[in-house]
Amino acid sequence: MTPRALDPFLAFPRALRAEGFRAAPAQTEDFLAAVGLLGPRSIQDVRRAAHAVFGPGPERRQDFDDIFDMIFLGRAVLAPGEATSEEAPQAFDAGEMEELLPPEEEDPSGSDATQRERLFARAFAPADDAALLAAFARALPRTLPRRRSRRFEATGGGLADPRRAFRDMARRDGEILVLPTRRRRSRQRRVLVLLDISGSMKGGTAAALGIAHAMVRTAERAEAFTLGTRLTRVTRALRRRDRDQALALASGLVADWDGGTRLGEALSVFLAVPRFASFARGALVIVVSDGLERGGPEALVDAMRRLRALAWRIVWLSPLASDASYRPETGAMRAILPLIDHLDAGHDLAAMAASLVGDHALRRAGAFR
Amino acid sequence: MPVRRSIAGIDSPEALAEAMRAAQYIADEGLSTAAYLALALGKPLLLEGAPGVGKTEAAKALSAVLGREMVRLQAYEGLDASAAMYEWNFPRQMLAIRQAGDAYVNLYGDDFLIARPMLLALQRPRERLLLIDEIDRSDHEFEAFLLEFLSDFSLSIPERGTIRASEPPVVVLTSNRTRELHEALRRRCVYHWIGYPDPQLEAQIVMMRASSVARDTAHRVVAAVGKLRAEPLAKPPGVAETVEWAEAATLLNAQGAPWPTAFARAIGVALKDQDDLAFVAPRLDRILQGAA
Repeated sequence: MTPRALDPFLAFPRALRAEGFRAAPAQTEDFLAAVGLLGPRSIQDVRRAAHAVFGPGPERRQDFDDIFDMIFLGRAVLAPGEATSEEAPQAFDAGEMEELLPPEEEDPSGSDATQRERLFARAFAPADDAALLAAFARALPRTLPRRRSRRFEATGGGLADPRRAFRDMARRDGEILVLPTRRRRSRQRRVLVLLDISGSMKGGTAAALGIAHAMVRTAERAEAFTLGTRLTRVTRALRRRDRDQALALASGLVADWDGGTRLGEALSVFLAVPRFASFARGALVIVVSDGLERGGPEALVDAMRRLRALAWRIVWLSPLASDASYRPETGAMRAILPLIDHLDAGHDLAAMAASLVGDHALRRAGAFR
Repeated sequence: MPVRRSIAGIDSPEALAEAMRAAQYIADEGLSTAAYLALALGKPLLLEGAPGVGKTEAAKALSAVLGREMVRLQAYEGLDASAAMYEWNFPRQMLAIRQAGDAYVNLYGDDFLIARPMLLALQRPRERLLLIDEIDRSDHEFEAFLLEFLSDFSLSIPERGTIRASEPPVVVLTSNRTRELHEALRRRCVYHWIGYPDPQLEAQIVMMRASSVARDTAHRVVAAVGKLRAEPLAKPPGVAETVEWAEAATLLNAQGAPWPTAFARAIGVALKDQDDLAFVAPRLDRILQGAA
């Protein structure tokens, strides 16, 4: 049994965890040690120890202090967000359920439709763009970005590998017969595809899903999500080899086709789930969206800024950008433009494929005969 | 967990703040507490903040306070083990092997090992302070590798075995937060976010670091910089810029330029971005008004 005086110190990390902060047991231990070290002479010492050990970022400092006040000073805190939780988009990882779901739509009217969201499954006509997508998939491995790995590999050319050369020399009485060489291995970067499936994107979602399917099938590590009124992970569904099956499966998982646009909130949800957010770390992030956001742009800008801090590169494909004279007009799009590395056309399948791998690579892969 | 209540005679955050002030660095209570806890708990200190708020300076002041040599490792994308940890001196090994003839020669002795910052810090943990600067610039692979190093302070060299520090070395990491650091790395460190100092403190810093600057000049500069930081700039001026601006304006003033003009002419020291300059230019006079 622990002494009662210790209770708030143990309750504090629990309360932090409940509010989405990371508080590891080792940090709790450090926290107790730190408080012991500082005296503590006043509650300020306890607070500073908490700041130093749990390290809340500047943007969550206020939340952190509120929790601290609640536990240590018994001050009641208004819990924001609880009342609106019903409205907030939910994260939905449908991966494990795919086998249970029928491969074809059964209830196009959507028995689970609500007044707020238009939730229904959508069928895709078998695409006649099969050849284009196949060419896109063939062009991908060459064009996907790579990063240097920490590991080296022996090669037939390149820079000398002194360590190996030296070991060989010691073995052969100081003679070098062949100079061993090495180079840093490289790995494909992670790819993250975020598809906007709101009503305004209706015409392009089938093509975008086709691109996502090719990406998930071909890239070494790729993830795909749909963003609408909800956030849905469709990676598992898109791993199916057969494209029509994969798309049908994905369309069955996604419950909010052509619904409202809450891009910013859906992105925030994506970033709030640590497992999801880690997919973006060092990744090539491809967003397919027109950037038309209902309401103010603040949520979207904030989410994009955080995505920017995680991602290696953000490519934004917009159906509106196909026009050469296109200039982002909406507040949201203008505000996030500096956070995007590359804005390109995405009005149809050919445009998206060309934006991602380049015209030349597509042609070489046999896309246009 | 080993806890050292006192290091080099420093046994409280206040004592540390005092000692850092003697080393020409003014630390607020948050920073001195975090730094003291890092020393006492034997954990790395992670300092985050906008560029120019004095993160590297804090590490320098700590090394001066502890009387330790600062070993600096500047992180960059592609940083690899041979630049961060150690390297074998191959030319020398080859020479040795040729010269030795039939005699025995230990090819993996200390003579042939070139220690890089991380190994240097492990070898003499009592005499050195390791600064890993701008960790956010390195790639994710280096960060993952750093995790290993920071959790048990050991390195393994295949030819030599594992080298372990006799006591946890003092390690300071800085980040400009251009990208999010991995949660696991943050968890292992004692963390402090260095914000912009309040005007009073910043004026003190200016006078301490730039001895030529008069008291009212310092206050004017700090007031003007405070206004600049409130503008939506791409690169708001840091503390380093404040100090330089004060110095530059003092210099121009000594050469005969009247006050508001001296500030305006030296603006290039405070704002180093063309867009920012163009954005501020029409309202510069008004911003400087309080300063003049």
